[in-house]
Amino acid sequence: MRTLLSGDLPRSRMLSFLLAAIFFCLALAPFLFPGTRSLDVAARVCVFILLVASYDLLLGYTGIVSFAHTMFFGIGGYGVGIAIARLSPSWSAVAVGTAAALLASLALSLVIGLFSLRVKAIFFAMITLAVASFFAILASQLSGLTGGEDGLTFRVPELLRTRIAAYYVVFVASLALFLALLRVVNSPFGRVLLAIRENDFRAEALGYRTVTYRTIANSLGALVATLAGVLYALWLRYTGPNTTLDFAIMIDILLMVVIGGMGTMYGAVIGATLFVVAQNYLQDGMKVLSAALQGIPLLPDLFHPDRWLLWLGVLFVISVYYFPTGVVGYLRRR
Amino acid sequence: MPSDLLKLAGVHTRIGQYHILHGVELAVPRGELTMLLGRNGAGKTTCLRTIMGLWRASSGAIELEGRDISKLDTPAVASLGIGYVPESMGIFAGLTVRENLLLAARNGPLDEARLDWIFRYFAALKKFWHLPAGNLSGGQKQMLAISRAIVEPRKLVLVDEPTKGLAPSIINNLIAAFAELKKTDTTILMVEQNFHAARSLGDSVAVMDSGRIVHAGRMAELAADAALQNRLLGLSLEAHQ
Amino acid sequence: MKAGRFDLIPVALVAVVTLGALGLIRTPSTWVTLTVAGLAMGLLIFIMASGLTLVFGLMDVLNFAHGIFIALGAYVAASAMKAFGGGLAALAPAMLGAMLAAGALGLLFERVIIRPVYGQHLKQILITTGGLIVAEQLIHVVWGPDLLPLERPEALRGALLFGDVALERYRLAAVLVGLAIFAAMALTLNRTRLGLLIRAGVENREMVEAMGYRVRRLFVGVFAAGCALAGLGGALWGMYQEAVTVQIGAQMMVLIFIVVIIGGLGSVTGCFIGALLVGLMANYVGYLSPKIALGSNILLMVLVLLWRPRGLYPVGKS
Repeated sequence: MRTLLSGDLPRSRMLSFLLAAIFFCLALAPFLFPGTRSLDVAARVCVFILLVASYDLLLGYTGIVSFAHTMFFGIGGYGVGIAIARLSPSWSAVAVGTAAALLASLALSLVIGLFSLRVKAIFFAMITLAVASFFAILASQLSGLTGGEDGLTFRVPELLRTRIAAYYVVFVASLALFLALLRVVNSPFGRVLLAIRENDFRAEALGYRTVTYRTIANSLGALVATLAGVLYALWLRYTGPNTTLDFAIMIDILLMVVIGGMGTMYGAVIGATLFVVAQNYLQDGMKVLSAALQGIPLLPDLFHPDRWLLWLGVLFVISVYYFPTGVVGYLRRR
Repeated sequence: MPSDLLKLAGVHTRIGQYHILHGVELAVPRGELTMLLGRNGAGKTTCLRTIMGLWRASSGAIELEGRDISKLDTPAVASLGIGYVPESMGIFAGLTVRENLLLAARNGPLDEARLDWIFRYFAALKKFWHLPAGNLSGGQKQMLAISRAIVEPRKLVLVDEPTKGLAPSIINNLIAAFAELKKTDTTILMVEQNFHAARSLGDSVAVMDSGRIVHAGRMAELAADAALQNRLLGLSLEAHQ
Repeated sequence: MKAGRFDLIPVALVAVVTLGALGLIRTPSTWVTLTVAGLAMGLLIFIMASGLTLVFGLMDVLNFAHGIFIALGAYVAASAMKAFGGGLAALAPAMLGAMLAAGALGLLFERVIIRPVYGQHLKQILITTGGLIVAEQLIHVVWGPDLLPLERPEALRGALLFGDVALERYRLAAVLVGLAIFAAMALTLNRTRLGLLIRAGVENREMVEAMGYRVRRLFVGVFAAGCALAGLGGALWGMYQEAVTVQIGAQMMVLIFIVVIIGGLGSVTGCFIGALLVGLMANYVGYLSPKIALGSNILLMVLVLLWRPRGLYPVGKS
């Protein structure tokens, strides 16, 4: 178990229990939670755990705030979508699409990294925002290639046509990549990243070229996000601006990583699970609450199911102040 | 001593994990110019910054006329009548010379008499009056920085290495200006590496090493004792002309 | 911002873009319409962005929730216009209401969200983004999720005809208001003690404090004023679009960031020139080749940064 987790143990009984429970539920999802909706939720949890973990590499381990992460997520989705649409619903098309997407992401992330990682954090954040917007507009404008606002619907290879098989592909791939990320952050490379996050002057003085490390981390995060995008597109059999490039998704990722716990990787697991489950089931709860509050001014609107993001936003703000280490950090300290 | 304007007692300053000042004991007599000497990295600038409240003393007392100012923030310390000329000069390059001085004159319009005095020693400032201070040369910027600190009467003026990087003729100009300033009963605490300037201007002297005051006394005594100079500063005042 | 030898190259750049566009567009009447539209849009962006750049220059704080003040201003103006009958007389309370609401929210925001995280850039970005989410949702709660119309008063509808050229009344009014605000800001910054303090604080906050001024207090005022301006900008922009949605803030934020980066963080002149460039580009390119309109502004940003990495008018940080 130690080697599997690259020595990064949960270090808290409660956390271990939660992680084990989540793993268990995800591993046996088709059997524990039959029904298309629940399986869909489980698949989304897998994808987002991976996506958020890749973002944690940037934010939590290297201390970079980037608003372009959804762009890489989208590149993965579009890569495989366009390849299948143009070629055929076969594994070779998937391979070609994935490879092309990875290359594009690598190139873009290197350009972004080298251009703007020399500047202040705030500058970088703004530039990533501009670039991501640009990409989103591009995607909706080049409708010949990307299907524009409507996106691309496509058929998938034989194996993925059965829900259960497709789910396990997503699950296993997400798990493997997640464990790979754990390996990265617990390697000497990962330790340097942490040093840079803590005090980049010191790290530079110690001889580590921070720009290089940051760029590599940036690109690694981008690549994993791209793969998450590929998985998501294959699961949904669809890719489009609103499933991948929407700024709302970027915000969701931020929420998940902060509430779960930055710089822990496991935070991504907790955060993504919490968020996706809430997104799908909390709203039902809120509907009940809202109905019960009818008649009182304003309150029913505050608890309207569409306003679930409000409460998560409040939780997010509270987390940044009082629980900067998120749920994981909180559990570890008990 | 009752004639001390400023007194530091047991002042420690920590920045991050670095412990820079280790219990500084310093007395600055009223109406005199006290020189703070020492090698690079001894903590002289940290001393001044701590007095100004730019860095918080982690322990110890800083008394201005008997009142502890160690817990005050920078604007409060400045408002008590302390002027500060940092090593980097702190000139506002985008503002004109006039605007720089205007800002420094917190308590009212620019005093004509003072301005005349300033122009007499720092003629360049008059020439560049309406031009952005960024256009000034290094020496002129230093003149402006000093002028800002004295454009209004101050109880205490802290000056950090005013002669650094300046040509000898300009240094002499500065020395003359400070000598004149001393006559106005302003108390000055000056950090200097240039020993010619130190010896000319200093009434009392304190020497720092590794965050502590290792010697305090009259400048005249130190200037006369070559062996002491050598021990404290690694070279003699003579050799540094 | 003033005196000495003023750097006129960026101003020349605006002229170049304007005249270059004439060459590409060929029909003078269309060009005039587009130029006025570009100037109007640019000036409105300037109003919205000026607060942001000063706040950043003065206190190193970047408020990612800036867009919410724009949206709030627009919504308050929409409600006020409706409440006061929608005519010319309703303009004053609508605009004032927008500014007051945005300014008040700004004060609250500074106290609750920003003050606890001074100096911690990472947390600032996160927390202001969080504030954005919460505020956006609260706007939904109060005003509902639907689009709100924001009609121009009768007197400002339609266009004035100058021979071949039709110039929308509202756009002309927007240009005038924008110029007036720029003039007011320029005057305040250059001729008042307050302005002096702000300019000096943007350059070297520590030195200003060492001169006895409480920059923190100044900052709160500048922040609130910046938010109020954003609210005004939002109200004016909402009226330009004739409709208000919560997205109105987010839509402008990308352009605002581009303007602030192009202009140089902390420089009001830079923000002004940058905004004019962006507004003109958006309209010219929007006409010539609509698909690449936003892309053209991002390209502009990249080009400007390659030429002057710290923006058109960098503010010297000692």
